[in-house]
Amino acid sequence: MSEFGEAFEFILRDGEVPGYPGLPSLVHLALETLKVGAIGVAISIVLALPLGVWLGHIHRGSFFTINIGNIGRALPSIAVLAIGDAFFGLGLGVVELALVVLAFAPIVTNAYLGVVEVDPELVDAARGMGMSEWEVLRRVELPLAVPLIFAGIRTAALFVISTATIASLAGFSGTLGDVIANETSYHFSGVLGAAICVAALALTVEGALALLQRALTPRGVKLENRSRGALADTFAVST
Amino acid sequence: MTRYDTAQPEGQSAYAEAAELELRHVSKLYPGQREPAIADLSLTVGAGEVCVLVGPSGSGKTTAMRLINRMVPLSGGEILLGGRSVLDREPRELRREIGYVIQQIGLFPHQTVTENVATVPRLLGWPKERTRARVRELLTLTGLDADEMGPRYPAQLSGGQRQRVGVARALAADPPLMLMDEPFGAIDPINRANLQDEFLALQAKVRKTVVFVTHDIDEAIKMGDRIAILREGGVLAQYATPKEILARPADEFVAQFVGADRGIKRLSLTTLGELELLAPDGRAVDGARRLSERASVKDALSVLLTAHGEPLAVVDAEGSVTGLLTLSHLERLITEEADGAAGEEPAASASALAATGESGP
Amino acid sequence: MIGRLAAAGGPVIPNFSQHSSSCAVHNRLFCLDWVKANWSPVLWPALRQHVVLTMIAVAIGFVIALSLALLAHHHRWAERPTLIVTTFLYTIPSLALFELLVAPVGENIYAAEIALVSYTLLILFRNTLTGLRSVPAEVLEAAEGMGMSRRQALLQVELPLALPSIVAGLRIAVVTIIALATIVYTIYNRGLGVPIHDALGEGPFKTELIAAGGMAILLALLADGLLVAMQRALTPWSRIRERTRP
Repeated sequence: MSEFGEAFEFILRDGEVPGYPGLPSLVHLALETLKVGAIGVAISIVLALPLGVWLGHIHRGSFFTINIGNIGRALPSIAVLAIGDAFFGLGLGVVELALVVLAFAPIVTNAYLGVVEVDPELVDAARGMGMSEWEVLRRVELPLAVPLIFAGIRTAALFVISTATIASLAGFSGTLGDVIANETSYHFSGVLGAAICVAALALTVEGALALLQRALTPRGVKLENRSRGALADTFAVST
Repeated sequence: MTRYDTAQPEGQSAYAEAAELELRHVSKLYPGQREPAIADLSLTVGAGEVCVLVGPSGSGKTTAMRLINRMVPLSGGEILLGGRSVLDREPRELRREIGYVIQQIGLFPHQTVTENVATVPRLLGWPKERTRARVRELLTLTGLDADEMGPRYPAQLSGGQRQRVGVARALAADPPLMLMDEPFGAIDPINRANLQDEFLALQAKVRKTVVFVTHDIDEAIKMGDRIAILREGGVLAQYATPKEILARPADEFVAQFVGADRGIKRLSLTTLGELELLAPDGRAVDGARRLSERASVKDALSVLLTAHGEPLAVVDAEGSVTGLLTLSHLERLITEEADGAAGEEPAASASALAATGESGP
Repeated sequence: MIGRLAAAGGPVIPNFSQHSSSCAVHNRLFCLDWVKANWSPVLWPALRQHVVLTMIAVAIGFVIALSLALLAHHHRWAERPTLIVTTFLYTIPSLALFELLVAPVGENIYAAEIALVSYTLLILFRNTLTGLRSVPAEVLEAAEGMGMSRRQALLQVELPLALPSIVAGLRIAVVTIIALATIVYTIYNRGLGVPIHDALGEGPFKTELIAAGGMAILLALLADGLLVAMQRALTPWSRIRERTRP
């Protein structure tokens, strides 16, 4: 357990290892991890969210989205990264590609489910009131789908942070995973310290997204979910 | 003879003896409530009788029923089934001897009809062969084709079929008592009437002690040997035969609950065969409308009102005319019965007996 | 590894000359002869280990999650804390959790399994609880009214009816763990991650990579399919609901 003590010292030293000048600081690595992850998630959202929402709106493509969810889960991050490395060499672009491949599935599947599961009677009523398809989507379906959409984004964010650190195993440098992959230089205390940082980073991101979700969830939906219990509240079902 | 885990002596494969049910000063107060759901309820249901608990919502009728099988714990008083207190044994042992039918039925969706009906026999440890035979018997009894329906799942049944399976399931272990909570409430009115008739026919054969809860006074009148009208707080307003309640409601509440048309309701309780009819007059018979002697007086009145003064010919099962009925004669009969002050008229008491079906042990 | 990190810019030219087949020497896409030669020494043991790792994790995870779900089903207060803890565990990235466990437990199977089990808990708990709650109230009322004890009602009515949801959770858990177990090698030298790591070290050696990575994916899809088949076999009534109309 003294290892944890050493690990915390490592963190407080911002990743300095005596005898090895020039190693990147922990703060820097953490920010880089965030940056890499954020780009990946952002691209995924841009690609997957509209697709999932649109498919859900027209009630098509359930086979596609369910199965892509399955396949996305089945892809081991390291294999995807390694394949990227094998064919293209592991630069930032390839890593981002891998991140997008992995983040795409949960976002599209949850966006689809979120929209498709909106009570059809509500949608019907909205159309009956004269709303255009776009308005139905914007005013009825999307607000009600927020919990599931966010569940998908949160899952994707976790995948992405995890994969960004794993990328170091495949030879990519620039994330906190570098420390974890490099026990020889950093010693176990360093590895442990970096692991703690990664965990803290992930929890922070998750917490921030949870708050964002709460802010974006319409009040009526929040009240309804509260009566359904803790499960429906912040821990919306994510596939 | 091997003895299974039942409270009653084993009869033949058919129907073991029904038991008497007695409620003595039963009360129920829910924690945190100021007013008791049931204040002090006492009544006795004779063995083989159908007792209908009826009243407005809040009258505690469902609570009273659920006290009997201890789905709701008793606050005070006693409940005796066949002379034995229901508190005498474990609730689950008690419940295996009480048939329980609820409004939404609650068939197990993951089991076939056969498996559903076999639930209590299985819990009691009956041998497989006996259970199988019993399930067949009951499905047939409730009007279902055992071979066709047995392997089906509840999702494949219509509402009426499900309800029948629910009744069969409740009867499976041959319980001495049946509790039924608005069993036909979720069925559409047309099928409801059929199910009610079928249940009455079943009861005539099976003769269980039945406690039947409903909010529908017409159903109560049709189904009950005796009706217990409950007021708010489980207060017993009147406990008597349908005829008695319709003829002599105990107070204003009962009179209102029964409905202003109770006079007409009463007419549906008597069949033409029970009346003193006019002698058939050949001439009048020829052109007259005919009605079975098993039809109710209410139906006859309905016909007479559109018959433009023509008489009605009452026919028996073979089709031969047993008598005539005119509007004026009917009026006379009714007034005579009403004037039959304290005691009941011979005709009326004969009808009362027919309604409760007490033909002796 | 340090070398690769330091020279992040220039490509490292790998040396495949130790292989016996010309296909492998040139690091072609997929060399069947290499796969055949290395099936027993490398690939099959890795696959076996991977399956064992997964099964242990899901089995233990299921037992824990089921117990927690039963608890939360009867005592509502237990739901929120359980969700918080399991979500917390799920959120920690795999690599980090592995290392965090090595400190107290050591670089062995226990650390690996504790981590893998942790990742199954959230989904299994959630789905089991949802499944239990989906049992219609009147079905439970009828079961109790007919004289079933709580235990009999649970075993004969609630759990069978919760099965579709439970198996859905198991599918997700199994697939997730199969993918995650490829990282186990960082602290415990077993599983399909081992050949993947070797392939990376060499190069990357395409055949080994595709063989091992492909096997992981196929394993996941196969397991998923088996669970679907199992669910169909165990719940004949749920399919009937799809076919008939009330």
